[in-house]
Amino acid sequence: MLSLIVFLPIIAALIIVAVPSSQKQVIRLLSLVAALAQGVLAYFIWQGYDPSLPGITAAANGSLDGSFQFIERLPWITLDLGTLGTLNIEYFLGVDGLSITMVILTALISIIGVLSSWTIKKQVKGYFLLYNILSTAMMGCFVALDFFLFYVFWELMLLPMYFLIGIWGGPNREYAAIKFFLYTLFGSVFMLLVMIGLYFSVIDPATGNHTFSLVAMASQENYLPGSILGPESVTWRYVAFIVLFIGFAIKVPMFPFHTWLPDAHVEAPTPISVILAGVLLKLGTYGMMRINFPLFPEVFQASLYVIGVFGAINIIYGAFCALAQQDLKKMVAYSSISHMGYVLLGLAAANTEGMTGALYQMFNHGTITAMLFLLVGVIYDRAHTRAIDKFGGLATYMPVYAGLVTVAWFASLGLPGLSGFISEAFVFVGAFSSEVTRSLAMVSVLGIVFGAAYLLWSLQRMFLGKRKPDAVYELQKNAEGEEMIHFHDWKGKNDLDGRELAMLVPLAVIIIILGVYPMPVMGLMTTSINKLVEVLSPMMMTALH
Amino acid sequence: MYELPSGADIQTIISTIKTGAQFFLPEIFLSGLFLVLILLDLAVRPARHHVLSITSLVGLLASFYFIVQQHAMTGEEIFFGMYVVDEFALFFKYLLVGSAVLTVLLSMPSDELNSRTSGLGEYYPLLVGMTIGMVMMASATDLLMIFLAMEMVSLAAYVLTGYLKRERRSTEAALKYLVYGAVSSGLMIYGFSILYGMTGATNIAVISQVLTERGYDPLLLMVASLMILAGIGYKIGAVPFHFWSPDVYEGAPLPVTAFLSVASKAAGFALLMRFFYVAVPQTIDPAGFVPGLDWVTILMILSVASMIYGNIVALWQTNVKRLLAYSSIAHAGYALLGIIVMDELGTQATLFYLVSYLFMNFGAFLVAILIANKTGSENLEDYRGLGRRMPLAGAAMTVFLISLVGLPPTVGFIGKLMIFSALLAKGSLFIWLALIGILTSVISLYYYMLIPLNMYLREARHPLPDKIPSGFLPQAVTAGLMILTLYFGIFFTPLSDFALSAISIFGNQLF
Repeated sequence: MLSLIVFLPIIAALIIVAVPSSQKQVIRLLSLVAALAQGVLAYFIWQGYDPSLPGITAAANGSLDGSFQFIERLPWITLDLGTLGTLNIEYFLGVDGLSITMVILTALISIIGVLSSWTIKKQVKGYFLLYNILSTAMMGCFVALDFFLFYVFWELMLLPMYFLIGIWGGPNREYAAIKFFLYTLFGSVFMLLVMIGLYFSVIDPATGNHTFSLVAMASQENYLPGSILGPESVTWRYVAFIVLFIGFAIKVPMFPFHTWLPDAHVEAPTPISVILAGVLLKLGTYGMMRINFPLFPEVFQASLYVIGVFGAINIIYGAFCALAQQDLKKMVAYSSISHMGYVLLGLAAANTEGMTGALYQMFNHGTITAMLFLLVGVIYDRAHTRAIDKFGGLATYMPVYAGLVTVAWFASLGLPGLSGFISEAFVFVGAFSSEVTRSLAMVSVLGIVFGAAYLLWSLQRMFLGKRKPDAVYELQKNAEGEEMIHFHDWKGKNDLDGRELAMLVPLAVIIIILGVYPMPVMGLMTTSINKLVEVLSPMMMTALH
Repeated sequence: MYELPSGADIQTIISTIKTGAQFFLPEIFLSGLFLVLILLDLAVRPARHHVLSITSLVGLLASFYFIVQQHAMTGEEIFFGMYVVDEFALFFKYLLVGSAVLTVLLSMPSDELNSRTSGLGEYYPLLVGMTIGMVMMASATDLLMIFLAMEMVSLAAYVLTGYLKRERRSTEAALKYLVYGAVSSGLMIYGFSILYGMTGATNIAVISQVLTERGYDPLLLMVASLMILAGIGYKIGAVPFHFWSPDVYEGAPLPVTAFLSVASKAAGFALLMRFFYVAVPQTIDPAGFVPGLDWVTILMILSVASMIYGNIVALWQTNVKRLLAYSSIAHAGYALLGIIVMDELGTQATLFYLVSYLFMNFGAFLVAILIANKTGSENLEDYRGLGRRMPLAGAAMTVFLISLVGLPPTVGFIGKLMIFSALLAKGSLFIWLALIGILTSVISLYYYMLIPLNMYLREARHPLPDKIPSGFLPQAVTAGLMILTLYFGIFFTPLSDFALSAISIFGNQLF
């Protein structure tokens, strides 16, 4: 099941290779079918998922069955290393509460991304090939439970992303693409060293061999005393934690490693921005929750405040930057940075409320930011500009668009009744109830104020009032004497067309439903979050030593 | 007064050579091929050069048969300890003859060779001759034999480098190569003579034995080792013995460059490992290193310098050949890391790395040849807009370059993984080396990506046809190498087991 959901897009890609590049519609439809099939599978996995099983580590009796679900575990590479024993790399997939939410999100965003890619006209075949590889890599990252496998998927994302930004991006795409590539690679190569170090430090209790299994690594009793990342090796464990953290923080992106993101977003075509904001950023925080924190819980406990500070900086700094932007897409990109800060803050709270808020925020950030970028794409397609000042009064002429923009903007600023509110509220409840992060939570609340400021201000400038004298569109009177909006060289419907509605309306519905009744998603994660908090708790560690 | 050997002595010598010959069959066969090629050149007209290339291809492939046979007779020292047949040597024989096969496959479609030279009559015999020399480098266990084998390789290489004799840069490259080569050979033979003076022996196992039993002057051994290292370092192209390589790589015909960068380097590594593991006594205890004898530290310096220098200077290259030349310096540095660890895993990692380098580097050069055939140049500028027009070559090039950076799922990633695993298996001792390796490979991403950047992200300056065909055979070879690069990046067990089986020198486990 999980293999299928991971590799469906690759299968589609292999078929696409055989399709002649002139058959653009066939290529698009093939990709859509693969994405929809992924969605159907994700639905079945969701339905079949038993939310009472915790995941994170193996069950108390050491078995995986009472813990992870949809497990697929095969020996992949067994390598004789002579006197050092054998190198065991497994093809090991499984989901728990952390990953299932992300699997659902990824499947959803992949479908939206394909729909949004319909407007890509240049080199369609190459585009969808890369898109499908990217899709497989993302999904693989979320379900891989073997560090080696995770790393392969993690790195596999980079190259398609490089080309997708670099070939189909905006004017400054070369710079943005290589910057993205270098930043992320810089983060992940250190992960490689930590991965090797962990391998030599961890024993799989079932076989007695060294292992790359993340499940085995998440239990501190599996660490070999005297090994490089073993319990007594305090310095190296700190180093490994920091290095991993930076690797994941670059992906989040966390201040001061965030500078690649605005560049990448501004240059990337709309669907890639959607994927980037909707799924890729989550890999950073997912990696922290799956790998970084449970593997080094004592270091995590010691660095709560630092993580919280970075979270708060992200929130405030991102909001300030967003406030200063003239480019709508850049504003959304910085708002995305700001909102990922809530995830970090929730993680730093290290309690159930905070962690739940963080994971739920990851899901909501995925849907909300995806919607924001789609909406930016809609107006860019028509006006060929994203300068906030070049509009004005759009609400009168594009009412449906304005309505959906309002939903997304308000969800983003955390209006009660929309999903963003619930996750941010949980984050703040968690952060206030933890003594370490209480003061940071107070500061971060300011982020909501600034968030409201830039969102409302942009809304006002673009949609309310009248057409600005230097606006990028004209007004024409139609036969009935009504004023109609007219964009230069835009042949399509002025307000949203069917395809755009098909992308935006489901997202809006999800945002509203999850804002009123969060349990469909939140219910999946509760047990796992409790388990994670328990694994990370200081009591657990004192019990161990 | 020199005494003539008696008749009985001569009888023994002859019978030793006779028995030795059966362990020497691959080399004998290749020598036969060499002669056949020369005779063939006299018989066929210059225009029909594919007769030569196909004969050498078939001959080289046939020689695998004899190499396979040798697995049954490993551990034999022949010709009075001059030469040995062991799994270690066999590993390199496969690698070297394999590179020669690929070089022939690369030479066949190369316009540079086929139309800009005055015939290929000498080209293929020299290629085979160079292969013989390299195969002998991997097996030689005697200082004299080592020197002879290395010179055989060098002499063939000088001529092959200058094979485009009507082109200035080719001739210039050959001359540079010759001058540098002569100096380093001179240094090396001087080191050998010191070593002989110290021990009175030329067999490397005997040298080691005498040195450990009788003791030695550390300074003298240091001087000798350094001089020998200069000779070997020149072959593997490590800093500071690299000065020849960018010019030679740029000037030589592309297939020759590929051959030099993979096979000549690999043969150098074979020699390096055999010589330093066997001949120079090592103390495992770090505190027990004799001052002045610490060749592991020397190799560390070489390796770090190569990784940093190769990767950083490559950033400014605008010619693909030069870019790959600097990359090849850097890769020598990575491969050295495995030797520094001095254990089974490290050696296995280095051997694996060399094989992975064979796939990805030959692949990259093959695509460069296909492009040079069409554009007549190796400048990055002329790669603009080619990705879409040569879909297979473009995709394959990207895979090879990603593999050279060391990203999954490619064989280059596994090579780096094994090297770094070997370093980290020693605990925190070598972490700093792994860090340098990791950081320099991030740097390398930038210049490797310049090639796909030009191929895909930029449009051509001049109008180009929509499709640029490149012939069936080269396409098939490109696709094959690309598939192997990916396949061994996902299922690398056979390759690494092969490398593991090779870690026996003189038939005994080394470590």
